[in-house]
Amino acid sequence: MSVLTQAERDALVDRHPDVFSQSRGSLISKGAVAASVAAYFAFAWWFFSIGTVFSEGRWDIAGSYLADWVSYESRPDIEFGEKHLEIDFPRFDPAGNDPDPEWLAKETAVVERTVTTATQTVSGGGERSSSNSLLGTIGGEAAPSGSSGGSVTSEADSQVETLRQEEVVRAVVDMSGAGAIEIVPGLVTVTRGGETMIADIALDEAVTVRGELPEWASQKAPGAKVIVSFGFAGRAEIEDDEVKVRHRFLGWENFFFDANSPFWGKPAGEVMSLLTSGERVDPTRSNLAVACDNILYNSEWQHYDVWLKLLQTIVMAFAGTLLATIVAFPLAFMAARNIMPNRLLNQASKRFFDFLRSVDMLIWALFFTRAFGPGPLAGISAIFFTDTGTFGKLYSEALENIDDKQREGIRSVGASPASVQRFGVVPQVLPVFLAQSLYFWESNTRSATIIGAVGAGGIGLKLWEAMRTNQDWENVAYMVVLILVVVFVFDNISSTLRQQLIAPKQPK
Amino acid sequence: MSADAAAVTGGARLSEEGLAVERHWRELASRRRLYTWGGIAFLVLAMSGSLWFANETNAGKFFDRLPYFFGFIDQLTPRGPLEIWRAFWDLPSPYDDGSLKFNYPEGRVYFTETLYVPEYIYKMVETLNIALVSTLIGFGVGFVLCFIAAKNMTANRWLRFFVRRFMELLRAFPEIVIAGFFLAVFSLGAVPAIIAVSIHTIGALGKMFFEVVENADMKPDEGLRAAGGNWLERVWFGTVPQVLPNFLSYGLLRFEINVRASTIIGAVGGGGIGETLRLSISRTHEAKTLAIVLLLFLTIVAVDQLSAYLRRRLVGDQAFEFGRGS
Repeated sequence: MSVLTQAERDALVDRHPDVFSQSRGSLISKGAVAASVAAYFAFAWWFFSIGTVFSEGRWDIAGSYLADWVSYESRPDIEFGEKHLEIDFPRFDPAGNDPDPEWLAKETAVVERTVTTATQTVSGGGERSSSNSLLGTIGGEAAPSGSSGGSVTSEADSQVETLRQEEVVRAVVDMSGAGAIEIVPGLVTVTRGGETMIADIALDEAVTVRGELPEWASQKAPGAKVIVSFGFAGRAEIEDDEVKVRHRFLGWENFFFDANSPFWGKPAGEVMSLLTSGERVDPTRSNLAVACDNILYNSEWQHYDVWLKLLQTIVMAFAGTLLATIVAFPLAFMAARNIMPNRLLNQASKRFFDFLRSVDMLIWALFFTRAFGPGPLAGISAIFFTDTGTFGKLYSEALENIDDKQREGIRSVGASPASVQRFGVVPQVLPVFLAQSLYFWESNTRSATIIGAVGAGGIGLKLWEAMRTNQDWENVAYMVVLILVVVFVFDNISSTLRQQLIAPKQPK
Repeated sequence: MSADAAAVTGGARLSEEGLAVERHWRELASRRRLYTWGGIAFLVLAMSGSLWFANETNAGKFFDRLPYFFGFIDQLTPRGPLEIWRAFWDLPSPYDDGSLKFNYPEGRVYFTETLYVPEYIYKMVETLNIALVSTLIGFGVGFVLCFIAAKNMTANRWLRFFVRRFMELLRAFPEIVIAGFFLAVFSLGAVPAIIAVSIHTIGALGKMFFEVVENADMKPDEGLRAAGGNWLERVWFGTVPQVLPNFLSYGLLRFEINVRASTIIGAVGGGGIGETLRLSISRTHEAKTLAIVLLLFLTIVAVDQLSAYLRRRLVGDQAFEFGRGS
């Protein structure tokens, strides 16, 4: 390769002016295309009011939702008493049923206090209020269920007594190295990165910070609650009656065993030794059986259900595509002009295919969900109907493009019409048919996920339900990973088979 | 057609080599038959297993639900043939009893005092716009990325590898999850649908684009290189003019697909006609449902035909491979 000199370039430009200086018309048309695209985007910006939507988006929540994909929060509330503290974990906290995590150090002492005992009949308020919004309620903060003291006392039978008992008087929360919160009745000390913030608590009255607020803390009004941020490690809200700690950990909590399992919280080595040689946890079953059962029915991750739904999706794609192939095969012969001489029948079946294809998969899915109830039957039917149309069209086009010589050859030896098709036509088109079916099988695995969400069953529905609660983003991540793996595997199977069909390797 | 018949009736004795050939042929044929029947048996087994499983895990069994199915078809029959027409154009219905079922005129979107667009056509336009905006965004970003992913344009293996995996991820990531996430951030509306469909389109178009670029003729590129053109100039003057018709054709194909995709995303909360259809079906508003289905059907047919016509003009018949791409 050599580079042109300037003189040579100039000479070239002079010799071919039509190439180097574009005509005004083409410049104008290019400019017009660019301008109309820009104008269209401006229109779309206005039409969908994108600016408003973006500025009203809950970006702060988006961050915590995204963090939820790969991490989890433990949410203890530390309530102030006169002289003691009460540490309260919400139900179903990842830290377990009776939590005493290492990062929350407690100091106890014998304290004298007056207690009002009351027999309470708690009417359990709905934990997740449902709303008409499709995604369910979006709580301002991901409020821990059960922490709001909204229990209703219907019958209070109270009496006052003085108790002397051991209570927590000091708690230190270690925020994974990002900082620490030390809490004693009436005083909260927060340290982060060498800075210290001290807040005095006037019980049920006000929170007062000594000195200036550090950058990582915020307070809306004097006396109001102080929000302290530790970055990814979590945050804390210091209120006048309690400190709400939100401590975030990387990972998927309790992925194998939930807190009700006897294997919960044990290190992997110990679990393994329990499984192989340990004493039976449940005398009626082996430890392995118990462990499998616990994993499958893990209340938080619902492995069994997720895998079942995943299988449903796979089955939907497989059965729908195969059924469509079987039905479209004979119909395509009917629609192909060169095989069925009846023009009316050709046109009728082609329009029928167009109809099936153009009434979209979504519409079929909605119809069949309504008819068969939510579940894979609706999904199979939707894929079957849409793809019968698609396959019919593709197959009949392939049939119309066949090489006629083979057919003539078979016909010339006096074969019956059926044999002519079988030996003259089918061998030519079968690999193409199968390749097309395989291709759609692969793409239907993806579609089945999506139509699942409108009610046609499978992992799509499960995924959609998990997203609606706005709290189970880690489950969403888990299912997405499974879907990606399945799609990847099926892509590879399908493309390998297709390559074999279209260009088979010569046997040695 | 069997070989024995030919061997017996043909009369001519085969030589040693001929027999070996025949033996080999028979071997191959029987192996082939075995594979065929084995494959069919496997498919039959898998199919019956699948159907049994689907039936077992469905909310209702197939044969139990079949009567409901016909009942449902019955429910979908409008009270008069003109009802569909009225629902389509938002004309007042004679059956109007104040219920949601017959309140067609309430959906009208007025531009002036008297000029209005029927609700469903407005919603359909919204869906079409979602599809168009996402196709344009996907086209733009895919256009930029594809040259970085193409072997003949980018020498750096790692950069190429990274860009390709990135596009694969965008393509394979379920649209529904992206839509769900942004629905949580933005609340209901079209913007989450645009984002979800765009992200998928970037991946899908990017892949098709870089395959086109890799098949491009490199002679113009070499010429530009010889004249001292830099990377951008080589791409812009050497490759783009060759690949642009193919790009546009794929873009149009994507637009067809995106119209369907944005309808589906709409049905799960992304606005547009999909949402309207889902609500209407679940509330058994027969005339409204049929009007929407009719509108969707007509739109999809029109978009398909238009795009097919344009694609044929752009690149000829070669662009007509498998309908919906990855």
